[in-house]
Amino acid sequence: MATQMNIEQARLTYALRLGDNALVLGQRLIELVTHQPELEEELANANISLDYIGQARMYYSCAGELEGKGRTEDDFALLRDSGEYQNLLLLELPNGHFGDTIVRQVLFDSFYILQLEALLGCDDAGLAEIAARAIKEVRYHLRHVSLWLIRLGDGTQESHARVSQSLLDLWRYTGEMFSGDAVDDCLRDACNGPDLARIQVEWRSNVNAVLAEATLAMPEDEWMIGGGRQGVHTEHMGFLLAEMQHVQRACPGASW
Amino acid sequence: MPRGELVGGIVISEQRTAEQSLEAQVWAWLEEVADPEIPVLSVVDLGIVRDFRLLLNGIEVDVSPTYSGCPATEVIEQDIVTALESKGLAPVTIKRLLSPPWTTDWISDQGRRKLHAYGIAPPGQGVSKRELMGGTHSIACPQCHSLQTTCVSEFGSTACKAAYKCDDCLEPFEYFKCL
Repeated sequence: MATQMNIEQARLTYALRLGDNALVLGQRLIELVTHQPELEEELANANISLDYIGQARMYYSCAGELEGKGRTEDDFALLRDSGEYQNLLLLELPNGHFGDTIVRQVLFDSFYILQLEALLGCDDAGLAEIAARAIKEVRYHLRHVSLWLIRLGDGTQESHARVSQSLLDLWRYTGEMFSGDAVDDCLRDACNGPDLARIQVEWRSNVNAVLAEATLAMPEDEWMIGGGRQGVHTEHMGFLLAEMQHVQRACPGASW
Repeated sequence: MPRGELVGGIVISEQRTAEQSLEAQVWAWLEEVADPEIPVLSVVDLGIVRDFRLLLNGIEVDVSPTYSGCPATEVIEQDIVTALESKGLAPVTIKRLLSPPWTTDWISDQGRRKLHAYGIAPPGQGVSKRELMGGTHSIACPQCHSLQTTCVSEFGSTACKAAYKCDDCLEPFEYFKCL
């Protein structure tokens, strides 16, 4: 039986993880600004990354209130080191080529949208409120990247081969989304939060539908890499943070 | 009825009238605050100012941001503060409301007419998930009103717009997306 203390801690960690996912993906997508293959995609990518960073701000504000130590969204984003970040490893991977970026987002957004749907009805008013806003944006994002995946998978021989490989490369990072820990259990049991086992079933079926339309085969499950949610990251995370946090680290307290 | 109460009643109703006219005045002042990205729309037209409360000292304004990542949010809040302070209502406090989340259904009829006149196709009303996910809804060209239009890009120059072109008059135009 979870104690009151545990519930508060779980809600805080949960909010931070949501924020870390959104911020790290947003930061990766920001790196692609001015590098997109066409103008329309340039606009889409910049808008999508801004949405994620905006969502991260809301999650961090919520976490700051839950923690009650006066930490702001900037403190969470810019003054924590790799070990304190608890995002999914999938999201911190370098962007790779366009197909890699699209596959990563289809895999993650298909999960995130189900997580948000579950959060809409949870007992944590703060998270439910943010989920209600975020889900409307993520629907647009998921539709956009799904259409791209279908275009690439069902496109030329080259594009098909490339996204097939992206899918194989990234599949081993998908297990982490569903490997819940005490925080997930507590949110599910004490706050009527997301049930990862149920989400996994729905995720597989939704992802499978997009893959089928893209004429891509769903990879076999293999050994899954995890650790991000416990603060154990890939070597790429340090570089991402170094770039993102550079100004605050070089000039502490700088504002503009 | 004792006389005192009656007098009191009159005083209160006079106060109410004064408050009501001040409230109407504040709404009028807020109507003058333009959205920085779509300057023909005011923050009231957009439906992002939900309400306000006149306090003994200053005013508190409820604001619902549009998109999570909309960079105009802070500018809009600052513009509201500046506008109301210039009318002597300092201090102005902004209360950011996340729930219920802002929807394009809150854009006023006047706001829709202004968008249309400005060359931006206004969003459809009664946002359903189906519409958000594409549906079969056709967007009328704000120039020639033709329904033969094509989406060029789901994402436009700002988070809230998509890029379209008219297949009849061939003009490109922007569509304010349903949210």
